[in-house]
Order: sequence, then structure tokens, then C-alpha cells
Amino acid sequence: MKLELRDISKRVGAEVHIHETSLVLESGAFNVLLGATNAGKTTLMKLMAGLDIPTSGQVFYDGVDMTKAPPQKRNISFVHQFFINYPHLSVRDNITSPLRLAKVSAAEIQRRLDETADLLRLGPMLDRRPHELSGGQQQRCALARAIIKDSSVVFLDEPLANLDYKLREELRAELPGIFSNRGAIVVYATSEPAEALMLGGRTAAMSEGHISQFGQTADVYRTPLNLTSAQVFSDPPLNVAQVEKRDGRIHLSKDFSWAARGIAEKLTDGHYTIGIRPHFVRPNADANASIPLHGVVKVTELSGSESVAHFQINGDVWVSQSEGLHPYNVGEQHDFYIDDTRCFFFGADGQVLV
Amino acid sequence: MAKIKLENIRHSYYPNPSNDDDFALKRVHFDWEDGGAYALLGPSGCGKTTLLNIISGLLVPSHGKLVFDQKDVTKLSPNDRNIAQVFQFPVIYDTMSVYDNLAFPLRNRGVDEAKIDVKVREISAMLEIDDMLNKKAAGLSPDNKQKISLGRGLVREDVNVIMFDEPLTVIDPHLKWKLRSKLKELHQKVKATMIYVTHDQTEALTFADQVVVMNFGQVLQVGSPQTLFDRPEHTFVGNFIGSPGMNILPAEVIDGQVWVAGCQIDVESKTTDLPEGKLEVGVRPEFVTLAEKGVPALVRNLMDVGRHKVLETLVGDKKVHVVLDEHQEVSADQVYLQFDPNSTRLYADGWLVDLHHELEGL
Repeated sequence: MKLELRDISKRVGAEVHIHETSLVLESGAFNVLLGATNAGKTTLMKLMAGLDIPTSGQVFYDGVDMTKAPPQKRNISFVHQFFINYPHLSVRDNITSPLRLAKVSAAEIQRRLDETADLLRLGPMLDRRPHELSGGQQQRCALARAIIKDSSVVFLDEPLANLDYKLREELRAELPGIFSNRGAIVVYATSEPAEALMLGGRTAAMSEGHISQFGQTADVYRTPLNLTSAQVFSDPPLNVAQVEKRDGRIHLSKDFSWAARGIAEKLTDGHYTIGIRPHFVRPNADANASIPLHGVVKVTELSGSESVAHFQINGDVWVSQSEGLHPYNVGEQHDFYIDDTRCFFFGADGQVLV
Repeated sequence: MAKIKLENIRHSYYPNPSNDDDFALKRVHFDWEDGGAYALLGPSGCGKTTLLNIISGLLVPSHGKLVFDQKDVTKLSPNDRNIAQVFQFPVIYDTMSVYDNLAFPLRNRGVDEAKIDVKVREISAMLEIDDMLNKKAAGLSPDNKQKISLGRGLVREDVNVIMFDEPLTVIDPHLKWKLRSKLKELHQKVKATMIYVTHDQTEALTFADQVVVMNFGQVLQVGSPQTLFDRPEHTFVGNFIGSPGMNILPAEVIDGQVWVAGCQIDVESKTTDLPEGKLEVGVRPEFVTLAEKGVPALVRNLMDVGRHKVLETLVGDKKVHVVLDEHQEVSADQVYLQFDPNSTRLYADGWLVDLHHELEGL
């Protein structure tokens, strides 16, 4: 199965919701759409699914132009953030409803029900009504209904957003396994970078109706092509600052600079934007992190296994994230050390320089 | 502000509860110190909303007493308790300006306009909504609306406690960071007693100095984020805090030696005079390493989560996670696990065997 978007865009009145986008998705892997609310994730999914028609461009399913075909002609499933089940039907009837609609034989329905209920661990709950299930089980029920159809494309629009933290963790760990070997294209929207990393597969970083990068999830995370992708894929937020390269040094401010090395050494003199992830800004100097930043601690967050400090330098707020417990005093001066070899350098056009 | 005491609070939604299972709150007994930043953390159905409703006065507990400073408020109406509450969804007046929304709780109590003006400007500056004071609330984005909600909760100086019920659920992750730091900063400035209710460990741990972990209608542990991470007193706490949570494995103790999957291991806990009950060993993924020998495990999956990798293995039929560094690779199907003895603990029937106090005393 191959799903292709060719130069599609979506405008509503004067507003552009999706800028001209081309994308090819193939079966066998998770395709994550990662971006903040209003980045265009849901709109893009709806255009793929036929729940919305693009203003321009075409949508191909296995080479066939399906741009104007309604969703029911596309063999797709859609799972939403909110658990959507038929309240008056048992879990069994909820799950099998697409098959009964399609007039599949009773024996075949039973076979697929057993398999699907097993996969989603709903076996003991088949006779209950949705309201008698926990939130996690209700969403499993909705997922089961999407899976039992054997759709060629399954759209999951932030399916874990309304679940408790631990349930989210549990179901997220199971999802790739549930869809492996089914040959379907899975498109998964999320606003959480950590979720994209855990799901693996491929990720499209989205921002303001654009896809800024699409590739293997770990590659998009490690080697962003532009500032936007690096920002979309960073939680806590990416530290961003303006620097100037001059005399073989990187100048962060009038009186603070460090010797350029690595990528920075090869850059021509001039102004650049740097981006550095919070875990490469450390509370103590080490072999890699050696460039000290003198900041004033504004806020601290200690989360048991890690410490986060928000600190201010020259009016800019930076974030440091580190393993272990580091007791900072709010309002006090503290030196943070950056691993300058992990800095991304971006040109005036926002493209990464390598 | 006040010190809040929960004295032997029990609550059942049934008229004639006959056993412990009929109680949504089994027994809660502890003090919230004046000026503390607390989180009340637990999954759906753990009893945290029941407890919140008892503190705010929406619910009168079946048993026990609620005391603000010296005063018994168990049966007082929410109005008479002088508390502020911020909910999951913005509760604001759409037709009023941002200014009037923030001024409302003060005007309601007859505070004079000059004072109100000072307070509204102070709070709106802290929340960075001072540039929209004259705008109607209706047209604002969800996060700005929630900021107004927070502002309404924070604007009164005389409240006994400010309670936040999942206040950041509707906020985007990128903004969550901002609002969470804002809230933390506000607490560090105003020093009010704050109770933050959530099921999200990250929110709880980053906001609070003391986290109250609840499940099964009881408080399982109260402690700093560091304590909950280092020394969970219940396997539920070990698993709930941390991502992935603590690994829990069935264990046997023979002559003071601990055995897991046929392998003898060292633990930090005492191994003699053990309480009755099912024995388990708990160790966090951060304290498990791969070695030449140790507890045998089958490799299931290696996840690259950016800053580090998480290896999922099986010991018997139990999942054991191992945190590896960013560049580590695993090629073998079977590995041996070593547990750091200083961070490996023994649990009996879910509870840390080293606990000296009686469970009832929690």
C-alpha cells in the first residue's frame, strides 16, 4: 500500500491551513505527524482520509486518484482523541459493527473478533457496555473496531491524549506491536516529542501548516534540517540564541565567546542562530560540556530522576535539563555548561549548516 | 493562609458501608503545612477528587474531621471556607474584559477599587496577560483563557488554600512548560498553600515540594520527588513514578539471601524478620545494567528515546526495562542483568519491608 499526497493545500477563506505539501507514506511503519496544536496535523489527516477535500493538489491510494472519493470508498479507519463507541452496544457488538455492516459471515466475524480482542486484551470485557470500561479500555475498544476492518490506512488522531499517564505509557508501548505485520499504513498525530520517539517509525515535523521535515524518527530528532524541525522536536523547548562568528570564535554577547570547533570551525564569519537541546546544557562542567554560561536561576523543577532549571542570560531564558538532583537557589547566579559540539547552527534562512 | 489537617477522614458514597471496599477514601490522616506546594497524584478512581471535594466543601466526609488552623470546617459550606479553586477547563466570564474577570473575586468581597487595581495589575503582569486587560475574554486562545482562570485563583491574598484540579490538561506541551514554570514561580513569590491535583507524574513532580501519592482510596506515600524516586514505600509508587516505572519481580528469601529468577542478588533492604506476604524486588530501570552474569533476561525491544535508550527485556513473564546510554547497542537475544544493590529493595505485599510504622499510621 502506498498513500501519496501531491502538492495538496487547504485554504479556508483567506486562511491557509495547509501549505502546498507533497508526501509519500508506505505500509509497514508508523508515520507520526508531530506538531503543536494548530500545526495542521488533524487537517492533513482529514485530507488523507477523505473527510475533507483539498483546495488544490491530489491524493493517491496505490496510484489511484482518490482526491474526491468519500472516506467509505477508501478502506480506512479513524480513531479520535475522544473515545467514540456506541453506548448502547456491548463491546463485542461495538468491535464487530464494521464487519456486520459489510455483511461478513458469522464464522469469519467470530474468528476476527477472537483475534482482535486477544490483541487488545479485551477478551474478558466483550459482554460489557462501553461505560462499564475504564478510559483505557474504552479507547482499546475504539482501536479494536479500527483494526478488525483490516483497513489499508489507519488514522490515529492523538488517541492517547485523554488517557491517564500510566495507561498512556502502557498502550503506547503496545501500539507498534498491534499494527506490525498488518500491512496497513498507520498515521499517528501527536503533540508530544517523547511520544514520537517511543513510537519510532517515521516522523513528519509539522508547524503552521507546513511539514518541515519527514524521515526516520531518530534521524529527524538527531539531525534536524532546519530550526523549525529542531524546535518542534524538543521538549523542554530548544534553547535558541543569536551568535556571531568572528576571529575563529563564537560570540554569544559582547563580552562572552568561545573557540569555534567542530562544525562551527568551518563556518564563514557572520551571524548565525544556534539551537541547543536542554540536556546539553549542564549544571556541572564535564569533558564535553565545558563552556560556562553565567545565568540567574528563575525557576527550578526537580522531578526525582532529573532536574530542570530555567535561567536568564542577557534577557534570554535558557533551560538546562540534567540527570539527578541539583538544588538550585532561585534568584542566584549559577554557571551552566554547554556542550558546544552539540549546538546546531542555522543560517539566516533557518536551514541547518553542516 | 492556613495549615490544613485531615484527621482520620473516611468517605463512602454508600449509606451503610459494610467493609473497606465500600469506602472511596479508606483513611486519610495528615497535615498540609502552611505555604507548601503540594501535588495530589494518582490514577483515575484513586480517590483524589473525593479528597479534593472534601477539602473544598463540596462533600462532607462520612467520618473524620477537617481543620483549617484551629478551626473545624468539616461541615462548613465552600463559601465559608475561603478557598480558591482552578479547574481543568477555563471558568471565566466570556462577555467581561480580562480586567473585570480578574477583579471579580475581589469585587465580590467588597475590596475597594484602588486595591483591586493594584492586585489585578500585579497578577496580570506575573501571568503575562497585562497587555490584554481591556480585551473581552471571549476572543482569547485557550491557554490565555486558562491563564485568566489561574489569575482568578491567585488574585485573593486571604485564601486558606488554592487548589488546582488538572489545570494544564487543555494546554499544549510547549505551553505547558511555560505555565508550569509560571505557577512554580508564582508559588515561590506568593508562598500560598497550593494543592495541585493531577494524574501526570511529570506535572506533579515538577510543581510540588511534597507529592501525595494516592491509590486504592488511601495515601500510599508523601514525599519529595527525590524520595519518591529513590525510596518508594509501595510498589505502586515505584511503578507510577518514573517513566518507565520501577521494575517489580517476584522474589524468594532463603536464609537471609534474596533470589530472583534463580539468581542470588544483593538488596538494600533488610532480609530478616520480614513481614508476612508476597515478596517482590523493586529496582528502577536507571539502576539496572547489562553484565557478563546476573539475572538472565530475554531481549524484547530496544527503544531510542532521544536522550537515552530503553531496553525492554523479559525475566520469566515479567517485563524488565533497562536504561542504556544514547549510543549503546544490544545484539544478543539473551542478556544478564545486574541490579545496583543500593537501589534494589524488597517489598512484602506491595509495601517496603523496611517500613517501621504500621500501615494504619500513614
